[in-house]
Amino acid sequence: METIMPFLKAFVVGGLICCVGQALIMNTKLTNARILVLFVVSGVFLTALGLYKPLVDFAGAGATVPLTGFGYSLAMGAIEGVNRYGLIGAFVGGVTRTAAGITAAVVFGLINALLFKPHMKT
Amino acid sequence: MSRQPYTAGQYQHLVSRVTPSSRMLVGYVRAFWVGGAICALGQLISAWAETLKLGEVTNPMFTTSVLILIGTTLTGLGVYDRIGKYAGAGSAIPVTGFANSVAAPAIEFQREGAITGVGARLFTLAGPVLAYGIASSVLVGVIYWALRGWLL
Repeated sequence: METIMPFLKAFVVGGLICCVGQALIMNTKLTNARILVLFVVSGVFLTALGLYKPLVDFAGAGATVPLTGFGYSLAMGAIEGVNRYGLIGAFVGGVTRTAAGITAAVVFGLINALLFKPHMKT
Repeated sequence: MSRQPYTAGQYQHLVSRVTPSSRMLVGYVRAFWVGGAICALGQLISAWAETLKLGEVTNPMFTTSVLILIGTTLTGLGVYDRIGKYAGAGSAIPVTGFANSVAAPAIEFQREGAITGVGARLFTLAGPVLAYGIASSVLVGVIYWALRGWLL
């Protein structure tokens, strides 16, 4: 049971966060792009208010894998940056902490576009 | 105790009142289990990273990168779009959906060339996400810096 708990927590919390997104898709006219931006920015501010870290501690990947988790990393990074470098750290920390993800998306996206051809839209 | 049968109009009204909510329920269930499954997969990759002796800082970086690799590859294979049609936000909100939003337009606009096609279109959706995400993190950092200066 103890080995399964982290996965169960990640599943339930991650699933619930996605349901918030689903509610926005079905009940509002927000485009996908707006919803993604909203999630990342919400993650940043929820983290700044100290509300998101407890969720990360509880649910692990259930809180870090959704895009709010990207915002969490950005905000935590910015705060760490300020602690380390002062004011300029606010410009350093966010991207430092998310560098792996951003770079992976760009590099794998690029390789992907070289390897695959467009699929027919049905 | 005979019950008045519904007239056609009443029946239509009843159907239209009940149907959307059940369709919405299906939407939530699909988003929940697919989104949850992707997060559980992330937890699994994180556990794998632990066995590879990755630390507290590098573990989430590794986990995110592997999920993004999975997301872009499934996009290239044309699988992620199909998952997206089924799961809605369940596949759009996890970081794999972010990877999909980077990879999909880059593939689609290949014939516009390597620069203005692939290179620029990588950021069709990632651009706004990064712009507002980074800007708000800087705002948070600056406010934190200012408050810290006052409080300490």
